[in-house]
Amino acid sequence: MPDSVTQAPQPLNEAELASMVAEACATRAPVWVCGNGSKSEMLRPVQASRSISTAELRGVTLYSPTELILSARAGTPMAEIEATLAERGQHVIAEPPDFSHLLGSSKAQTIGGVVSTNLSGPRRIAWGAMRDHVMGLRAVNGHGEVIRAGGRVLKNVTGLDLCKLLSGAHGTLAVITEVTIKVLPAPERQATLVLPGLDPTRGVAALSAALGSPYAVSAAAYLPREAARRLPALAWVDRSVTLARIEDFTASVLYRTDRLRADLAAFGPAEILDDGASRAAWAGVRDAVPLPSAPEQAIWRISVRPSAGPAVAARLQQAFGAGWFLDWGGGLVWIAGPATEAAHAEVENAARAGGGTWTLFRGPLALRATVDVIPPEPNALAAIAARVKSAFDPAGILNPGRMRASL
Amino acid sequence: MISQYEPKAGVIARRDSILAGLRRILPDNGVIGEALRLKPYETDGLAAYRQPPLAVALPETTEQVAAVMAFCHAQGVRVVPRGAGTSLSGGALPMADAVVIGMMRMNRILDIDYADRCAVVQAGVTNIGITQAVSEHDFFYAPDPSSQLACMIGGNVMMNSGGAHCLRYGVTANNLLGLKIVTVTGEIIDIGGAYCDSAGYDWLGLITGSEGQLALVTEVTVRILHSPEGQRAMLAAFASVETAGECVDAIIGSGIIPVALEFMDRPCIHACEAFAHAGYPLDADALLIIEVEGSVAEQDDLLGRIKEICRKYDPISLKVSESAEESLAIWKGRKGAFGAVGRISPDYLCMDGTIPTSQLAYVLRRIGEMSAACGLAVANVFHAGDGNLHPLIMFDANDPAGFQAAETFGADILRLCVEVGGCLTGEHGVGVEKRDLMGVQFTETELDQQRRIKSAFDPGWLLNPSKVFPLKLPAMAAE
Repeated sequence: MPDSVTQAPQPLNEAELASMVAEACATRAPVWVCGNGSKSEMLRPVQASRSISTAELRGVTLYSPTELILSARAGTPMAEIEATLAERGQHVIAEPPDFSHLLGSSKAQTIGGVVSTNLSGPRRIAWGAMRDHVMGLRAVNGHGEVIRAGGRVLKNVTGLDLCKLLSGAHGTLAVITEVTIKVLPAPERQATLVLPGLDPTRGVAALSAALGSPYAVSAAAYLPREAARRLPALAWVDRSVTLARIEDFTASVLYRTDRLRADLAAFGPAEILDDGASRAAWAGVRDAVPLPSAPEQAIWRISVRPSAGPAVAARLQQAFGAGWFLDWGGGLVWIAGPATEAAHAEVENAARAGGGTWTLFRGPLALRATVDVIPPEPNALAAIAARVKSAFDPAGILNPGRMRASL
Repeated sequence: MISQYEPKAGVIARRDSILAGLRRILPDNGVIGEALRLKPYETDGLAAYRQPPLAVALPETTEQVAAVMAFCHAQGVRVVPRGAGTSLSGGALPMADAVVIGMMRMNRILDIDYADRCAVVQAGVTNIGITQAVSEHDFFYAPDPSSQLACMIGGNVMMNSGGAHCLRYGVTANNLLGLKIVTVTGEIIDIGGAYCDSAGYDWLGLITGSEGQLALVTEVTVRILHSPEGQRAMLAAFASVETAGECVDAIIGSGIIPVALEFMDRPCIHACEAFAHAGYPLDADALLIIEVEGSVAEQDDLLGRIKEICRKYDPISLKVSESAEESLAIWKGRKGAFGAVGRISPDYLCMDGTIPTSQLAYVLRRIGEMSAACGLAVANVFHAGDGNLHPLIMFDANDPAGFQAAETFGADILRLCVEVGGCLTGEHGVGVEKRDLMGVQFTETELDQQRRIKSAFDPGWLLNPSKVFPLKLPAMAAE
């Protein structure tokens, strides 16, 4: 939490939260919107003297396993939701990461925070992002009005899709108070094909072949040797690793792993991580454990077309000795490097050259307040963005400056 | 006739100069102004409503779309975007003072990238056209609306179209990476690209399904997937809707997510069997079509598990397809359901609500009661995995009261869908058809929030007006 924010009593329910926002709107007093604050070190610092937290809005409000639907209040810890689902053999599809260690937080992340930041794990490349599975939500806009979007059914095109707009808006448009997500049965078993020793370009070519196969590969990552060594499940390889995961019923996993190994024979002999080792390896990839962990380093997340990932990584390794690894088939480039404006400029240029997008994911306050933590938008779109912000939050009180200095 | 905003008299009076202006932007054959040639554009898949537009513009490039849009904006002219005109909710219904911008000439596939599993296509490429373009490498584009032979990807984006395989592959929104849009002022903007998850607001998610309210779409970057090794369907017939519903719950509860899970009620089974001769059992009250994919061994394994579950619910019959041909026959009935109903009734209205799947038996019982009360027959097809219900209401349009009665019945069904926790439309869109029911699902506060978003993109409300939102024009957009 920013030092400037004073601790105040937090709302115990949506109605209280709405009246606090309405009051802030009336007095044009900016508020820092958060859950437990586990991701407060992401993006830009918020200029606000008080916070409104959803931390006390807790609890699963609806869970219908046969309808593949779960609703929970925004402050419900993600771990509680995952445990509830696990009891019925189901899971959160986007495999949301937990970046507590990366962001230096000991707080339990909430479902409201995961949706507001639209953070997704390795399964994203095959099964979609967190926002793809948000079927409904309740939120309080900057007027202090309660608005609902979507619903509790899996198919719904009624009106504008505010679920997607508010997912990933980092609390700048409205305060999400309750979320309904689609869930799926957790696969019975998983296994991971490991191709050791490939160079990055060849590794991503193997990942493309795996993701372009009929075997429903559910995750695909490339870790250079030093990154792989940070994962206990993979340290034994002692070379770069190219990883492709298959999750399904046991017989299918065995069959498809075999077929995939044969199809990828041109990339060399493959090892197989069985269920337990596979789970451990992907939990590490999900939470960005393979990155160097020096706390003074900045961390960026770059998203480009998968085949462009190796060039982006190589360019930044050359520019400032970046530590890195690739997820999402090569398209998600995790970068660690010096927390300087010069390094950030290199990241911007590399992401642009790769035709993609970047997020300064972690860095000292001064750097985050100075640079564009996400790419600026073309003027025509920036003007629309400003009007959309105003359509929700005319007084500009919700998380001002969190995503962009101008919003 | 459905009400629309009052046409702008000033625009209609300037019709000739507006046509001349469009002809300065587009080649001669790209502008239609003659009454007879406007006729094909006066309606869409919801043929009960008709309204010839002021003119039709048929651009061939994004730059032309932008120029037409900038011109219309400068002239205060309303615009109605149109793809193949297959909307079942009247999404492409013109207004008397509007220029229809038809995207059918923008029908080129611009790029296919198998390594990165995406394709860039113009808005006027048909849905099936994408799959056909990548099928030589055994790839496909997943969303498969019933109209996929005709409907265009631009329209799919605007309506966030679904299909029979959404349970596994998601709807249009889940299969997009990027868009090229043209704003109401004629600015060209790229949204997203061949990569995942742009930082910043999710414009891609907001514009998808926006029914032409926010911007025009000229190019789309879609995800393409490798086809599964194979797929196979089975039929399971039950004596009651309740047991079929319980069986669906049990299948999903067992951890199996079939790629498709379709339900038909008795009237629908009879209509489809008469049409397709697929071997549907005529003594059943409920029929499930269940499809799985994978290798032959995987199919056998999954179908075996599903059969075992079905047996616990006293099925009247269970039939597993033994070949691709049998699977096709099983699907032929379902895919032809709308046409099949068209054979037994002079006209029908296709509704499109979604309900929590647990409410199926209750909802079908209530629909049956309504049907008896109003004297109009109804057949129901249902995407049983995702809760999307398509009641087909049969009526005779030659009876003047018939259409009105059918509309009233349909509206009552949609109210029921909302009442049990569902929504007005699962995949067809609001359009003009469900516009005046929006207040059933949303509060006025919520509708105003959506209207303000529209205003943020389109302050003068020139883009596809009279759709989606109950009529209430912001003061600044009147003339």
